[in-house]
Amino acid sequence: MISVTGVSKRFGDFQALDDVSLEVPEGSLTALLGPSGSGKSTLLRIVAGLEAPDAGDVVIDGRNQTGVPAQRREIGFVFQHYAAFKHMSVRENVAFGLKIRKRPKAEIAARVDELLGIVGLSGYQDRYPSQLSGGQRQRMALARALAVEPRVLLLDEPFGALDANVRADLRRWLRRLHEEVPVTTVIVTHDQEEAMEITDRIAVMHDGRIAQVGPPRELYEQPADDFVMSFLGPVSRLGEQLVRPHDLRITADARDGALEAMVTRVVHLGFEVRVELVLGDGASLAVQVTRGEAEALELRSGDIVWVASDRPAGEAFTALRSGGAPDAPLSV
Amino acid sequence: MSTPAVIEAGSTGGRRSRARRASEGTPAVVRPGRLSIGIVTLWLSLIVLLPLAAVVAKSLDDGVGAFWTAVSGRQAVAALRFTLIVSLIVTAINALAGTLIAWVLVRDEFRGKRAINALIDLPFALPTIVAGITLLALYGNSSPLGIDVAYTQVAVAFALLFVTLPFVVRSVQPVLLELDREMEEAATSLGASGWTTFRRIVLPNLVPAILGGCALAFARAVGEFGSVVLISGNIPFQTQVASVFVYKQLEGDAPVSAAAVSVVLLLLSLAVLLGIRGLARLGARHER
Amino acid sequence: MSAERTTRYGLRTLALAYLGALLFVPVGLVLYRTFQPGIVEVWASITTPAAVHAFQLTMMVTLIAVPLNTVLGILAALVIVRGRFRGKAFLDMLIDLPFAISPIVVGLSLIFVYGRTGWFGSALANAGIQIIFSWPGIVLATIFVTLPFVVREVAPVLREVGTEQEQAAATLGASSWQTFRRVTLPAIRWGVAYGVVLSTARAIGEFGAVSVVSGHIAGQTETLTLLVEQRFQNFNIAGAYAASALLAVIALGTLLAMTLIKPRKEHA
Repeated sequence: MISVTGVSKRFGDFQALDDVSLEVPEGSLTALLGPSGSGKSTLLRIVAGLEAPDAGDVVIDGRNQTGVPAQRREIGFVFQHYAAFKHMSVRENVAFGLKIRKRPKAEIAARVDELLGIVGLSGYQDRYPSQLSGGQRQRMALARALAVEPRVLLLDEPFGALDANVRADLRRWLRRLHEEVPVTTVIVTHDQEEAMEITDRIAVMHDGRIAQVGPPRELYEQPADDFVMSFLGPVSRLGEQLVRPHDLRITADARDGALEAMVTRVVHLGFEVRVELVLGDGASLAVQVTRGEAEALELRSGDIVWVASDRPAGEAFTALRSGGAPDAPLSV
Repeated sequence: MSTPAVIEAGSTGGRRSRARRASEGTPAVVRPGRLSIGIVTLWLSLIVLLPLAAVVAKSLDDGVGAFWTAVSGRQAVAALRFTLIVSLIVTAINALAGTLIAWVLVRDEFRGKRAINALIDLPFALPTIVAGITLLALYGNSSPLGIDVAYTQVAVAFALLFVTLPFVVRSVQPVLLELDREMEEAATSLGASGWTTFRRIVLPNLVPAILGGCALAFARAVGEFGSVVLISGNIPFQTQVASVFVYKQLEGDAPVSAAAVSVVLLLLSLAVLLGIRGLARLGARHER
Repeated sequence: MSAERTTRYGLRTLALAYLGALLFVPVGLVLYRTFQPGIVEVWASITTPAAVHAFQLTMMVTLIAVPLNTVLGILAALVIVRGRFRGKAFLDMLIDLPFAISPIVVGLSLIFVYGRTGWFGSALANAGIQIIFSWPGIVLATIFVTLPFVVREVAPVLREVGTEQEQAAATLGASSWQTFRRVTLPAIRWGVAYGVVLSTARAIGEFGAVSVVSGHIAGQTETLTLLVEQRFQNFNIAGAYAASALLAVIALGTLLAMTLIKPRKEHA
């Protein structure tokens, strides 16, 4: 279990972290999610001891880590660009931490083989990182981090440098790995889909603070503010409200609380159809409907329709509470 | 950091061969024709190859026996041996000092660092004869420190250290700058101390650059003349280096002997150049 | 943390001490001793007829050698990077040789070709052309030692810029020469500039090769570096310092030019 209390960090004029507190439960897989510059990587590096906080404490498994160098924190860290030791073979890479700890040769060999099996790199022992694909390098880096049996595993945008399909594979693989090796894990990502797909808990970060912490579904359904709402999924603005495009309903006739709009474009995305509308005041918004609904309405660009939120007003998040517009793009 | 990597990828064999295929039959690219190749070949032959061939020919003017007599003469052997030994020592010191200076210039921050970084190249820009006079000012008989090493073997080493200073620094610096810092952080997170990280992670990645710089420094040291000629005193069997020996042989009207020892120096130069090429390949081995 | 700081300060001190003892203090001392008698004396010393002639000769040699090596260096870089022919690796190696060869061997080799008893000796003598112990020999020696600089600066830049821009220019209707002048040359210009600066510094500062072929005729074949040596050997230490200081100032100007050009070259 990791607990962070009151951590602040400043780089020159830039306040990277501002009094951040966070609990990461034992054995959980938690995501730090946020846009670039939100402070998520800095927080992870402070937990690892690769960066020193200006104020605040990091406690891992009940031991205060303030002033403890990274070497002695017993953490595993995985970097976005793999940080593979280029001049060492896969075997030497994975064995590195164990050699530092001066474990017996036989034990090291057995452990390396076991880990390479877990990450699916058996048979690659004698290759050099330059002979591996990006995904293989990252799996090697994970094996290297796990070899020393760390108390916590910290991953900094581990799939950020990979192709989209390799990424998707590795995500699922990481989720399974976590079930096999349930070490407390924190993963930094800017990809909400990644965070929602693989983690138990998400901490959304914004401007050096934690905007909200909770299970993925809770954050999606009950976002604490505009920022969380728009960062966790597509949003459309309807009058004073921010709503999910799939929570909007289009009707051909006027009804209570609905606004008049003109269809500007109908985009077929397989089962789903995205309808782009422009409101009377010139604002545009997107609505997501099923193919059946779109066909029933016979939507064509230029049609005049009525649009309203499907969700009860109380449940929907009321926008503009903080007065400002969300930073994240309001795209669908 | 990612941009140079992209550019570098462009210069690897794979990309080049693709570009080659793409440009097959495209006269669009500025490509040297027969005339250009001919001009360049002629130019290099006239300026470099012809004179060097003349040296080799001259060294064999009086037959192989005379060649051998010349290079195995006591004074010639002493000069060659001293040159080799002092060059090796100087190269070894450069390996250490050059890596240290490169490290400080890349990883440390202090006032005046930029100026010092620019001044590292001074030994390249300063005429060698001036370098010799400069060292004599501080380490000669008018030394304000009272350190007088003029006309000793140590003085020769000083002169060679001066003129070879930039080689290792300038070859290690860019590699250190481009070195993936995350590798070091990864080692740290795995429990490695600062020294272990340097020894096991940083140093192995610097070795090709250090050796490359050393090879250049060695080649320069072996052939150096200007900076050594005043400070060494040119005492035969003591401080006389090979290039000075050649010069004296020529002055003493023994051109065949001068040519013979020159051929030995030439062979050394060639060996170093070939060595550097091998090193470059070694250095690229683990790059993606 | 503090151990780390101690290491950092220790390494910094060590590096600066080494540089100080080998480079900064000696150079500073020579400059100090040069200007101690007063600027008037220094000026007088570098404006004697012999000094002025040496300066003029050095400049003339540089102005012949550097432009030749620049034009042929660019061509050679194109040949090495873009050419496809047998023997390219050999040419490539030949270009590097002057870096690795002792300047004394360079001078010696020229004597064996153009000297009185050299390969072309009698032919040249019959034609009334003197190369060795005359300025053409100094020019040839200078061309030899400065040959690699432009090629070695331009070749990697050429490799990096690739051929896409040239192909684009061609699709837009540019001829080969137009493509070279408007696309290739601008792309490599800072590499060329850097090579020219290095060549110039070496041309002005060359001593060994020039020393062998010059014959040391005062007022005729004496370059600035030879003047320094000649004055030093004649126990005119102040005069040697003054000429050295002039060369040192030129060297510092070279460093300044290098510092200004380098970032542009690297972001070409």
